[in-house]
Amino acid sequence: MTALIEARNLVRLYPGGVRAVDGLSFQVAPGECFGLLGPNGAGKTTTLEMLEGIQTPTSGQVLFKGRPLGRDDRESIGIQFQATALQDFQIVAESLAMFASLYRRRADRDELIRLCHLGDILDRDTRKLSGGQRQRLLLAIALVNDPELVFLDEPTTGLDPQSRRNFWGLIEQVRRRGTTVLITTHYMEEAERLCDRIAIVDQGRILVEGRPEALIRAEFPARLIRLPDSAWPADVPLPPEALVRNGEIELPTDEVAPRLDELERIGADLSALRVATPNLEDLFLKLTGHTLRT
Amino acid sequence: MWTRIRAILVARNREFYRDRAGLGWNLLMPMLMVLAFAFIFQDEQSDLLKIGVLTPGGTLSVVESPVLDLEHVTFVPVPVADLAAAIVKVERHQLDLLLDPGAAAPRYWVNGDSAKGYLAERLLLAAGSSGIEIGTEPERQTLSGAALRYVDWVLPGVLAMNIMFSSLWGVGWVIVRYRKNGVLRRLKATPLSPWEFLTAQVLSRLLVVLGASLIVYLGAAWLLDVPMRGSYLALALIYVAGSLCLISLGLIIAARLRTEELADGLLNLLSWPMLLLSGVWFSMEGTSALAQWVSQALPLTHLVAAARAVMIDGAGVVEVLPEIGVLLALAVAFLTLATWMFRWE
Repeated sequence: MTALIEARNLVRLYPGGVRAVDGLSFQVAPGECFGLLGPNGAGKTTTLEMLEGIQTPTSGQVLFKGRPLGRDDRESIGIQFQATALQDFQIVAESLAMFASLYRRRADRDELIRLCHLGDILDRDTRKLSGGQRQRLLLAIALVNDPELVFLDEPTTGLDPQSRRNFWGLIEQVRRRGTTVLITTHYMEEAERLCDRIAIVDQGRILVEGRPEALIRAEFPARLIRLPDSAWPADVPLPPEALVRNGEIELPTDEVAPRLDELERIGADLSALRVATPNLEDLFLKLTGHTLRT
Repeated sequence: MWTRIRAILVARNREFYRDRAGLGWNLLMPMLMVLAFAFIFQDEQSDLLKIGVLTPGGTLSVVESPVLDLEHVTFVPVPVADLAAAIVKVERHQLDLLLDPGAAAPRYWVNGDSAKGYLAERLLLAAGSSGIEIGTEPERQTLSGAALRYVDWVLPGVLAMNIMFSSLWGVGWVIVRYRKNGVLRRLKATPLSPWEFLTAQVLSRLLVVLGASLIVYLGAAWLLDVPMRGSYLALALIYVAGSLCLISLGLIIAARLRTEELADGLLNLLSWPMLLLSGVWFSMEGTSALAQWVSQALPLTHLVAAARAVMIDGAGVVEVLPEIGVLLALAVAFLTLATWMFRWE
């Protein structure tokens, strides 16, 4: 299998010696949805921009279909930036048409409008769109050339939960058309729902890479039992695998029932007890020692 | 390639004409300029001299004097009772001369320090001796030979100045704004090349600049009756070449800057020397060799000189070809440099 796009030892130094990206390598296969996860400032956007050809790597290489990324590849790539200004005084339909004219290859206009639910807002001034409408237009612009690969840089940041869910639905439809997706996000739920594979990035490096479930399974037992600090009997020492944070005790466990029996036996207060499935948030915390949304 | 240029051109034009405030300003400004000129220069034909005439009854009609037939002189009737106040006016140059044409012994007051007073006195004495033949004196012929009004001379300069400001700021400011708010970043991710983008910006601005110039020209021609002695084709070519040249110069400023403030400063740095040294307001004849040399290096100088040659001296296309050539050559050089320097971010 040839990767559609590949990052090889990407390094990006910013003036002042900041290593925004510090030796990143990964591959994305055709048709795959690959997610770069990390907190703000982890180097996600810089990495994405090097892959898009917007920024030049200080060292390392980007390969598109096995060849170094070139100008012509822009015809096959779609990009949704984190923050994009559109030219003022244009309505939605005109913005779409303008971007479509910049490409030789063009997606079917009506299908694109249907896909991104733009039918009702075609005549609206682009400055008067809501957050969700704006992201849908920007997605449509990213897809206007019917790209093989689309980059989405934190596409749902700032959206309300309802709009975010709707947007995920759109991306799933885009994937069904066979488009390869490379997405950055700091929403764990987003990555778990959309991505086939993820890479967790912190301080310009990849900490782990793989399928979300596999990564979680590798690091955690099946369940996490959580109960408040105060529920633990004072005279019983904590087991070594227990983790204490935010006034909560977390007990990783493979078998829930025997563990509960044990807790009852030592006299723990089980009234506020919760059993959780470990998720990417937990994984990130374990790997980096800090939470994602800081 | 042309599809892409057209797409950007259309989008930029839309942005321009839908921005009502900006559009209004772009049309209003030249019109205001014409009106201001019409206002300033409407007194151009006012009388050259002001002579007070002492009249017993307070009206001039009762006074008999050949002097009163002089043209281009305002005669102010002065009642006898106001003689003292009128003499003060002569002292203060508010009246050039005060005449008492009393039949028995005509007398007059004149200010020895006033040049106009001197002229008024000579006229008065000449009229007194040779009747009403004043109007055909040789001096008057000389005066009418030099009768190119300042407004006729300055209008090509003002048109050029307007083109310069509109060209430099019109592209410089807009592109720096695009860069600041991320429009350029988005375009960079498309197959659009810098060359295509800049060409679209130049064409869009060219339409605006030529449109505004046409309004100023027509307004001035209508309100001020300025002469047009040469070829309209030549004038059109000059303005197209000049606009292209100045827009390209603006693109150089816009090539890399990120802040409007710095762009504004640099645009001022470019435009003020041109405003002062290109002969917009006053002729560069008689200035130092260095000033003239600098002047020749400025595109605005060639634009102004060529337009004046057409409008005032009646030049045709062939006569102004060298100036058009200089402007186009500079335009190509500036555009090449701007494309080379250009950064999306």
